[in-house]
Amino acid sequence: MNYRMVGYVLGMLLMFEGIFMAAPILTAAIYGESELSVFIGVALFCIGIGILTSKLCRPKTKTMFAREGYLIVAFSWILLSICGALPFVISGAIPSFIDALFESVSGFTTTGATILGDVESLPKSILMWRSFTHWFGGMGVLVFIMAFIPLSGGQNMYIMKAESPGPSVGKLVPRIKTTALILYSMYLALTVLEFILLAAGDMNIFEAINTAVATAGTGGFGVKNNSIGGFSSYTQIVVTVFMFLFSVNFTSFYLLLRGKFKEALNSEIKVFFGLSILASVIIFLNTRSLYSGNAEALKHSVFTVGTIMSTTGFSTVDFNAWPEVSRSVILLLMLIGACAGSTCGGFKISRIIILFQSMIKELQILIHPRQVKKIKVDGRQVEHEIVRSVHVFLICYVLILIISTFLLSFDGHDLITNFTAASTTLNNVGPGLEMVGPISNFSVFSTSSKIVLIFDMLVGRLEIFPILLLFTPSTWKK
Amino acid sequence: MEIIIVGCGKVGQALVEQLGEEDNNITVVDLLHSKVREITDRYDCMGVCGNGATHTTLLEAGIDSADLLIAVTGSDELNLLCCIIAKKAGNCQTIARVRSPQYSMEASYLKQELGLAMVINPEYAAAAEIARVLQFPSAMKIDTFAKGKVELLKFRLPENSPLVGCAVKEISTKLHCDVLICTIERDDDAYIANGDFTFMEKDVISMIASPNNAYAFFKKIKYRAVPVKDVMIVGGGDIAHYLCGLLQRSGTSVKIIEKDAARCEELSESLQGVSIIHGDAADKDVLMQENIETTGAFVALTNLDEENILLSLFAKSMTEGKLVTKVNRIDFDSVIRHLDLDSIIYPKNITSESIVRYVRAMRNTIGSNVETLYQVIKGKVEAAEFIIKDCNEIIGKPLSQLNFKDNVLIAAIMRGRKVIIPRGNDVIEKGDAVVIVSTHLGLNDITDILL
Repeated sequence: MNYRMVGYVLGMLLMFEGIFMAAPILTAAIYGESELSVFIGVALFCIGIGILTSKLCRPKTKTMFAREGYLIVAFSWILLSICGALPFVISGAIPSFIDALFESVSGFTTTGATILGDVESLPKSILMWRSFTHWFGGMGVLVFIMAFIPLSGGQNMYIMKAESPGPSVGKLVPRIKTTALILYSMYLALTVLEFILLAAGDMNIFEAINTAVATAGTGGFGVKNNSIGGFSSYTQIVVTVFMFLFSVNFTSFYLLLRGKFKEALNSEIKVFFGLSILASVIIFLNTRSLYSGNAEALKHSVFTVGTIMSTTGFSTVDFNAWPEVSRSVILLLMLIGACAGSTCGGFKISRIIILFQSMIKELQILIHPRQVKKIKVDGRQVEHEIVRSVHVFLICYVLILIISTFLLSFDGHDLITNFTAASTTLNNVGPGLEMVGPISNFSVFSTSSKIVLIFDMLVGRLEIFPILLLFTPSTWKK
Repeated sequence: MEIIIVGCGKVGQALVEQLGEEDNNITVVDLLHSKVREITDRYDCMGVCGNGATHTTLLEAGIDSADLLIAVTGSDELNLLCCIIAKKAGNCQTIARVRSPQYSMEASYLKQELGLAMVINPEYAAAAEIARVLQFPSAMKIDTFAKGKVELLKFRLPENSPLVGCAVKEISTKLHCDVLICTIERDDDAYIANGDFTFMEKDVISMIASPNNAYAFFKKIKYRAVPVKDVMIVGGGDIAHYLCGLLQRSGTSVKIIEKDAARCEELSESLQGVSIIHGDAADKDVLMQENIETTGAFVALTNLDEENILLSLFAKSMTEGKLVTKVNRIDFDSVIRHLDLDSIIYPKNITSESIVRYVRAMRNTIGSNVETLYQVIKGKVEAAEFIIKDCNEIIGKPLSQLNFKDNVLIAAIMRGRKVIIPRGNDVIEKGDAVVIVSTHLGLNDITDILL
């Protein structure tokens, strides 16, 4: 194993994390907050340690394989979250380290689940840091690094594969560096567009920046206690539109930009929008009586479908109080997620499509045992390795969900709370139902349960395998 | 440059490796998922799965913006078809690998009528390289510059050579030979020669000289220099076929041992004056019967690398003659080098080298051009020939006054018909061809060698 390479990338990562802290530092400076020194201190610490580590570990050979790639990704995210938690603890905003780590992991994994009851009382710089962790976590921090520094020849494809969501990760252009640059440019452009549209409405600049970056990463940390609920309909509609946009595979945006409309509109997107419309209609019909007008009910149903499917986790209303049918639809959407290759969490629609086809294939083979049938998506054969890995993904996903629910039950809360808490963190959504509903928060859980949830969030964001590999003995054998 | 490579075999892979390092954007196309994935996992390039001769696949690979398409699949027809379609679909240059003798004979017609930029035949190129070393058996490898006026020779210093213990600078004083020692490989290290370097036994030396001077040099150090008179070839594939043609021109007598009876028939139909033996060369008796002990050269060209190496090792123990071994797999060259097998020919490397040469020449059209390019030591030292057109920093100044980077050697200057092995007082003039040996890989322009 090339330990030096792992150390080198981790050092680079710390350095970049220090640089990211420019955002809260600026905020603190503008609002004259006392957290300024905390952020500057932590940033310098990260940059210092980062430079030192990358110097010490300057790799002798740049050869690395899948093993190093997965380890780099897993360790990066753990390290990123730990250092991201430091400002919360040191500034005293969140005194308990586990709570701060929960908040930081929730930020970077773009979950948006919080242990804070009253966010409005927090300093603005702390809120800014919380929101910005979404932005960097959404597209992937390592992808960001790869856009700027050449790690090594072709082998950093392993890193990209491990960090980007979806069953099969491809490139947009031949070079990884250019691919990463294009991805981040589109990401930045969409974020800026949303910021402008929000700032034109009833949000102030600070709220608009925070909401824009939190939507972009499909995170969901708000700056108001009632999330987006207090803002105008215009703002809520803008956020809805962008939540849907950030649920779409970025490859499709790239194809659209190049004028390839047919290729851009793949079956995953069709299924995604089909499901969204179906779910919105069901919820609309189910909740129409609760609101004064049809428009109001429609707005809330579409917003909620968007926030849950895109795994953002904003809210305009307390959907926990909705009728059972709507609540069930929300739970189902939570387990599906959105498109691969977007900033969303969740199981991903492309996996659902593959599993569905796989199921049909198995049923047909029971009737025609000699039938030869290949699984195809968009007229293209899905490689056997991908189908296999999707099956194993499902097994791991279900197992982790069940075990987490079991471990959470020791706190003595009801089953719906425990199950939705586990699934909302594993899918990086944010709010769940009952005690972890949109108007409540995760502070009801004990420290040990929070550790389980932190694990779930990381596992969910990195799509299970990189984190599980850390616990696989053969990873560490020579 | 945007390059599409169709075919992910060994040549495709070698091309991706080399062209990728030189800042080209590469997309590979192959029918097999597994092949494409193998390459995209290992190198920084994009993969497209599909038939490279179809319009849709080429569009997906980005033919509309590509500068060059290289077709190196296993099939000649597919390669040619790829190039034709690519030419119609996009506005790019095309290179096809064509290996069958029938098509190869019509290479210039194909180039002209189909608009191909280059037709490369790895088997013929390999045969030509083998023929060169057989003409000059002291060398392990010979590359030529300026249409053969200057040669880059690589040879292993034999035991008991008078050169052992000499310093590089003593060559001109002691031997009065106008040759230039470029690089010395000792064990796994490679050195760019400076004057004080002393030779040791078994050093692998690369030197630049005109053919006559090289001949004189080898005579002085008492190393075999006479062309091989008779050759024994094992394996009657396409390389053997081309090689026979080349060798017969110089009057060498050739013997081919081939185990497939049908192929023997074919060969004897198409070749004249060559003795074709039907037998398995892995059978020791066959080799002994055909007088391996007295043969002037032994060339192993079967399809199996292992068999070629084994046969050459056996031949080495039996004969004093020249040994040539063909090896297809590139990955294990460091191990094979240690076997002391004289000349090793890698057809795949020859192919990729000449394509890389072409690509580099395509990239720079102004100033000075890379005419030819060879890898002296793979991945470490390159030799490149530049034509000096318009370059004020260098023209007219004595070499001793120019600030070169470290590890850069001006190895030869060709002016008209004259070849100059340069010393400090020589100057480079407009229109000269200059050979540069350097550890800086990927030189594109003559000014790249200046500090």
